[in-house]
Amino acid sequence: MSDTHDPMADRLAHMLGWAGVALGAMQVAAPRVVARVIGVDDSPAARATVPLAGMRNLLHAETLLRGRKHSVGLWSRLAGDAADVTSLSAAMARRTGKRRRRVAAVTGVVLAVTAADVYAVLRARRSRQRVAGKEQGEARGVMSVRAAITVRRPRPEVYEFWHDFENFPRFMVHVDSVDMSDGQTHWRVRGPAGRAVEWDAAIVEDRRDELIAWSSSKSSLVPNSGSVRFDDAPGGRGTEVRVNLRYHLPGGRMAAAIARLLGEHPDQQVQDDLRRFKQVMETGEVVRSEGSPEGTRALRQALQRRAQPVA
Amino acid sequence: MKANCWMGRNTVEVRETPDPKILNSRDAIVRITSTAICGSDLHLLDGYVPTMKKGDVLGHEFMGEVVDVGPSVPNLRIGDRVVVPFPIACGYCTACAHEMFSLCENSNPNAGLAERFMGHSPAGVFGFSHMLGGYPGGQAEYARVPFADVGPIKIDNGLPDEKVLFLSDILPTGWMGAEMCDIKPGDVIAVWGAGPVGQFAVASAYLMGAHRVIAIDRFPYRLEIAERAGAETINYEEVDVQEALLDMTAGRGPDACIDAVGMEAHYPNPAMYAYDRTKQAARMETDRPYVLREAIMACRNGGIVSVIGVYAGFLDKFPMGSLMNRSLTLRTGQCHVQRYLRPLLRRIENGEIDPSFVITHRLPLSDAARGYDLFKNKLDGCNKVVLSA
Ligand SMILES: NC(=O)c1ccc[n+]([C@@H]2O[C@H](COP(=O)([O-])OP(=O)(O)OC[C@H]3O[C@@H](n4cnc5c(N)ncnc54)[C@H](O)[C@@H]3O)[C@@H](O)[C@H]2O)c1
Ligand SMILES: [Zn+2]
Ligand SMILES: [Zn+2]
Repeated sequence: MSDTHDPMADRLAHMLGWAGVALGAMQVAAPRVVARVIGVDDSPAARATVPLAGMRNLLHAETLLRGRKHSVGLWSRLAGDAADVTSLSAAMARRTGKRRRRVAAVTGVVLAVTAADVYAVLRARRSRQRVAGKEQGEARGVMSVRAAITVRRPRPEVYEFWHDFENFPRFMVHVDSVDMSDGQTHWRVRGPAGRAVEWDAAIVEDRRDELIAWSSSKSSLVPNSGSVRFDDAPGGRGTEVRVNLRYHLPGGRMAAAIARLLGEHPDQQVQDDLRRFKQVMETGEVVRSEGSPEGTRALRQALQRRAQPVA
Repeated sequence: MKANCWMGRNTVEVRETPDPKILNSRDAIVRITSTAICGSDLHLLDGYVPTMKKGDVLGHEFMGEVVDVGPSVPNLRIGDRVVVPFPIACGYCTACAHEMFSLCENSNPNAGLAERFMGHSPAGVFGFSHMLGGYPGGQAEYARVPFADVGPIKIDNGLPDEKVLFLSDILPTGWMGAEMCDIKPGDVIAVWGAGPVGQFAVASAYLMGAHRVIAIDRFPYRLEIAERAGAETINYEEVDVQEALLDMTAGRGPDACIDAVGMEAHYPNPAMYAYDRTKQAARMETDRPYVLREAIMACRNGGIVSVIGVYAGFLDKFPMGSLMNRSLTLRTGQCHVQRYLRPLLRRIENGEIDPSFVITHRLPLSDAARGYDLFKNKLDGCNKVVLSA
């Protein structure tokens, strides 16, 4: 969970944003196909509006995904929805048969999306009211990410595995390697767009079976710090693992936005790392499917291989 | 190898695909000897389960011979004959430790997708959409079976495929549907849907001591098969279901109601059908809940509604008032198949139940598309199709 606003509102806005990217990209790249699917391929004027609506969708998506001012993006989406419904009802009135049915179906979908947008606006407003006045870290280029999971193993065992940072590449997708030598660690990580980033970090706190905290050296390109806390889950349910990460992003807010646009929401990334951590602790390895051969990974979930054997 | 692939709404096609290979150390590869088409596959065929991709291999009811095992599968050897349960389960997580195998916390690599639709993710399932893992299914010549040290049950008693194949899904599912009814002496159980799942629910309810079991459907040939399993029947196209049930139970209503139909119910009432079908087509609801509504309304005060028919998303006009004010209990779930494999295999060996009574069609895998057509449209007296490679 990012440390701002209502996470549910964020997530919803984020989903709408991605749906917008997908739809907008299609409208811009393949307007003819889209026009055919919605049943307006018989009119040149309608065909011309498709890529325009696409650009609009992309713009809205960008505001939504960029993060904090969801409600602005959402309001402009609502206006867009209204425009779509108006032009679709005009299109429906003028058509018959199969085309009319298609236009009608699309109108239904747009109405459903509108409902989701309205809900998101309301939710974003409510959460904004709740945090009004609270300082927002990301504006200063600090991004803070939290995630938690319950692992069915005894606390000392979970601590022990995490304490060996060289295990990180087994469950952290972006980490290529971590080398350890007396309290110092050297990280090699794949950043956005596959660019390699390296840094040194020191273990700044280490309480056996309870907590480990680390912090990168001042000279790092991406100054960052993190901690992981271990608690007994109640009723013999194993160990609760809570991770907290803070990144000082170069270029601040813009870089965070770009990292998101490149596909992986940092929250999702850390949650996925924890899922893989749980799999390794409970089943011995990262679980793979043909749709997701690398195992749990947000980017792959959006772009699945088909469920056929891997050649 | 050849595999039956989902090629979009209403289209399946047997195509050439790569052979599966081991991806995890606890995998086995099985050469499939028999595989079946399930009512759940129809929900995929009809496009009501989100996150399917063109080319996905279908099928979650299968058995065969082990041809390869990963390094961490000590229980199986090449040549073993196995039936594979449809939920993929690690055997260790908290859900598995409580024998809730269809809720395994580790077997769905796409859990993040399922969480968006459902809040939390259930287990991965063979051939059942990307939000349930993106695993290829078993309507194929070969399949990779993850956690092969946990799921598959070895068959070394020489029983033929058709007597043990349904351990993979529908026999345990019907059994669990009846088990969730907490059957006590004197209980009357009503089962909506006299498909193979409903028929096994009927047989199971009797094995658990039900006093009477009533099967409800509209296809006389399916009701007849349910009758052979001991059921009394109601054809909902001939009589009003509520009236008939009140009559048969002297006004009490059935003690428990089993929904073995799910999200694509057929509607005797055209106006209600138009309402839900329109909402479903516009994707404003994903499921047509006619049977669920009817089962809740029919159940006696304080009774149990057991839902084994599959629902995928959201539905409308749910009679919550009836459920709440009359102290009903709603129980549900994808079957925790692994839990029932051994006890049910024992019952098959003892001759208490011969599950092959549901089969009406045996076809080669290459005829899968025809099998889907017969089964979906209930043509040619089709009740259950078994494909063999
Ligand atoms: N929970 C699980 O683990 C699990 C496992 C397997 C199957 N299922 C589900 O069980 C359901 C049945 O599977 P099946 O293989 O028997 O399918 P099927 O299609 O063969 O049977 C469904 C039956 O329901 C009947 N039906 C439709 N509308 C009805 C109505 N209004 N009233 C009464 N009957 C009605 C149909 O005529 C048909 O005979 C499906 O939803 C399937 O997805 C669940
Ligand atoms: Zn099934
Ligand atoms: Zn498990």
